[in-house]
Amino acid sequence: MFDNFPLWPTAASSHAVTEDWVYIFLVVLSAVMSLLIFLTIVVFGMKYRRRHGREAQQIEGSTILEVAWTVAPLGVFLGIFAWGAVLYFDERTPPAGAAEIYVVGKQWMWKLQHMEGVREINQLHIPVDRDIKLIMTSQDVIHSFFIPEFRVKQDVLPGRYTTLWFHATKPGIYHLFCAQFCGTQHSGMIGEVVVMNASEYQAWLTGGAPVGSLAQDGQTMFLQLGCQTCHRFDVQGRGPNLVGIFGKPVQLEDGRVVTADENYIRQHILTPGRTIVSGFRNIMPSWQGQITEEQLNSLVAYIKSLNPPPAGAAGVPNP
Amino acid sequence: MATTAVSAESKNYLNAEYGIRSWLLTTDHKRIAILYLISITLMFFIGGYFALLIRLELLTPAGDLLTADMYNKAFSMHGQIMVFFFLVPSIPAVLGNFLIPMMVGAKDLAFPRINLLSWYVYIGGAAMYIWCVITGGVDTGWTFYTPYSSLFSNTHVVEACLAIFFAGFSSILTGLNFVVTVHRMRAPGMTWTRLPLFVWSHYATSIVMLLGTPVIAITLVLVILERTLNLGIFDPSRGGDPVLFQHLFWFYSHPAVYIMILPSMGVISEIVPCFSRKRVFGYTFVAMASIAIAVIGFLVWAHHMFVAGISLYSALVFSFLSYLVAVPSAIKVFNWTATMYKGSVSFSTPMLYAMGFIGLFTMGGLTGLFLACLGVDVHVHDTYFVIAHFHYIMVGGAVLGYLGGIHLWWPKISGRLYPEAWGRLAAIIVFIGFNLTFFPQFILGYLGMPRRYWDYSHMPEWQALNVLSTAGASILAVGYLLPLAYLLWSLRYGKIAGDNPWMATGLEWKTSSPPPTFNFEQTPEVTWEAYEYEKMPLPEEVTLER
Repeated sequence: MFDNFPLWPTAASSHAVTEDWVYIFLVVLSAVMSLLIFLTIVVFGMKYRRRHGREAQQIEGSTILEVAWTVAPLGVFLGIFAWGAVLYFDERTPPAGAAEIYVVGKQWMWKLQHMEGVREINQLHIPVDRDIKLIMTSQDVIHSFFIPEFRVKQDVLPGRYTTLWFHATKPGIYHLFCAQFCGTQHSGMIGEVVVMNASEYQAWLTGGAPVGSLAQDGQTMFLQLGCQTCHRFDVQGRGPNLVGIFGKPVQLEDGRVVTADENYIRQHILTPGRTIVSGFRNIMPSWQGQITEEQLNSLVAYIKSLNPPPAGAAGVPNP
Repeated sequence: MATTAVSAESKNYLNAEYGIRSWLLTTDHKRIAILYLISITLMFFIGGYFALLIRLELLTPAGDLLTADMYNKAFSMHGQIMVFFFLVPSIPAVLGNFLIPMMVGAKDLAFPRINLLSWYVYIGGAAMYIWCVITGGVDTGWTFYTPYSSLFSNTHVVEACLAIFFAGFSSILTGLNFVVTVHRMRAPGMTWTRLPLFVWSHYATSIVMLLGTPVIAITLVLVILERTLNLGIFDPSRGGDPVLFQHLFWFYSHPAVYIMILPSMGVISEIVPCFSRKRVFGYTFVAMASIAIAVIGFLVWAHHMFVAGISLYSALVFSFLSYLVAVPSAIKVFNWTATMYKGSVSFSTPMLYAMGFIGLFTMGGLTGLFLACLGVDVHVHDTYFVIAHFHYIMVGGAVLGYLGGIHLWWPKISGRLYPEAWGRLAAIIVFIGFNLTFFPQFILGYLGMPRRYWDYSHMPEWQALNVLSTAGASILAVGYLLPLAYLLWSLRYGKIAGDNPWMATGLEWKTSSPPPTFNFEQTPEVTWEAYEYEKMPLPEEVTLER
């Protein structure tokens, strides 16, 4: 009956369920408070309607009431704040070991790169019951990756990575929208998220033509671009040895210490001069405009794979 | 009484001088208010026309009425016109301009020539904007987000930015005038605690105008420079930061919400006591709530950016502060409601708007709690939920307050009464049309319909709610056109109002209607508190109810 008149979106991720509870609480609270105010106004209006022979009673105010209706809402508000903050903290902190997928937004499509090397456009296939982390960037304007059935959304920015994670709980096909206005075909920048059982997902992954993994693509790029002439693995080259640097602190020439996360590696490939590692010279060429966002993603995935595998999702052996 | 006989014949600000020159070179705050009234009404209907196009396009899922680019321009220009050329100037520049000098017992604003200048600056900006519309328009959304606006859009972004930059100065000049007037021009005995709450809320608004508007001006100049000189401030490929723009933009544009709603709250604080025949409940708290809103309002801007890639901890701070700023608004709602308690309530047109305002503003405020809630905002951000929320504040709040105020002071402004029955009918139509337009959008938003979507053919299940919304919008349009018609009609055929048809307190009601050019025959001396309704007789005209 509600097919043409839906009032509630499907909840298909772990976030969706917890978020719906906060939302329901807020809806009930709002309904009660709105009704209270509406009814009070109507009742006062009727009861104290102007009649001949009855005058208004002057009341200056009441400090006790003022304090009460200042403190009471504040208390409720702080409760909502805390509840929402806990949820947000969870939504913004991807669990360790989440399977990673790279996302590139462009006017007006979504490009997705799986670690296994499979690429998709406007479709994202994922397994059910698995933590998935998206590492996203844009090659032009700001977009926003939005899956309403998962209740998650994150802006996708040019020039840096943002991340988004979720845990799908129900197989099915869900909406994928761009939520940030991005030009003419903004409303056409849509797609679908296909959540599959683990076995179906495996079949889907291996179904197409055999491809190298994303990190292997990155390794090919790494060699093609000649990165290994300086970033050597055997002896100390003109550039730092990249094995095991991911996620570690890096001492920079200007005294800063930064963490070598995805954004750092990305920035360093594009504009190496801004983050020279202590003890090295500013000799690395900038790759800004030389390589595509997808190639950049594969390079980042490759450098990450050089870490000794903990229980690696990528599964690429060290060279 | 002498009141009815005097008005039409006596010298007043309207018949003091005749001719176009006497209007275009006037320094009378009341005449400037009329100039503003005409110009913002024009802009309102242009903005409304674009709203109509949006609603018609969304009647069907397919993008069939407009092209994608035309649709994008329609919502961009709807937003920019309504925010920068209607809502921001609406109550301050029309009612504030007309009333503040009278309410404080002064002959005029502190700087009458600057007041006229502000109107010319506004007209300059508006003319530039209309030029921009005619030559092809702009498609960035009202928010001008970079790098879309700075590097990608092929529309008239520079012209639109310049027009808004220009119009901003009229806002600054008005704010400056109000602050100085309230400080320096109060009549003898008009202490701060005797000021009408309308003046308090405008004082708070003026502070926001003075401190916030320069920031949006600079920001828009940066976008212009980025487009023309290729500056690179917001361009990530040259080390710029597109998110910086959002910080700068919302640093003004969030407080701008309070520029739009605070004056409206001031109007409600006048209407409710007048039509309840009671002192306002908790005068000091209502006055201080305005100041609190203006101050805390400057510290919440990044709650528009919870999914924009800001740090987790800054999001926590901004969420917390957003809940703080909601408290003074709640205080006001409770105090207005309490003012009706044991009053002598008349459902006259302004009171219907005020009651509508309290209800709709409450809903707008409560749905703001959803958006300030970090976990929930992640889902509803950039969806129709946000659209519905801010229309409850800006239409349900600001516009209803504006209409209520126009009706309340129409007898003072024009010297005539509007037809009461038509007034009530229009108020009810606006209320029904508004709710039908925007309530379905809350549901659409939670279902996930993103804002600024031209075509939803892949999501046909959204159509029913969109049809409801469009139907509501057409009712709302009738509700807007009715007052335009009967208010114009009343200028000629309306009953003579008399000096104080509502028997309201406030100095503006102690002079004739329409007021003389310098407002008062002699400077009033104030020896009473605001809202001493126990000393006022009941009005004759509006004791129709039994």
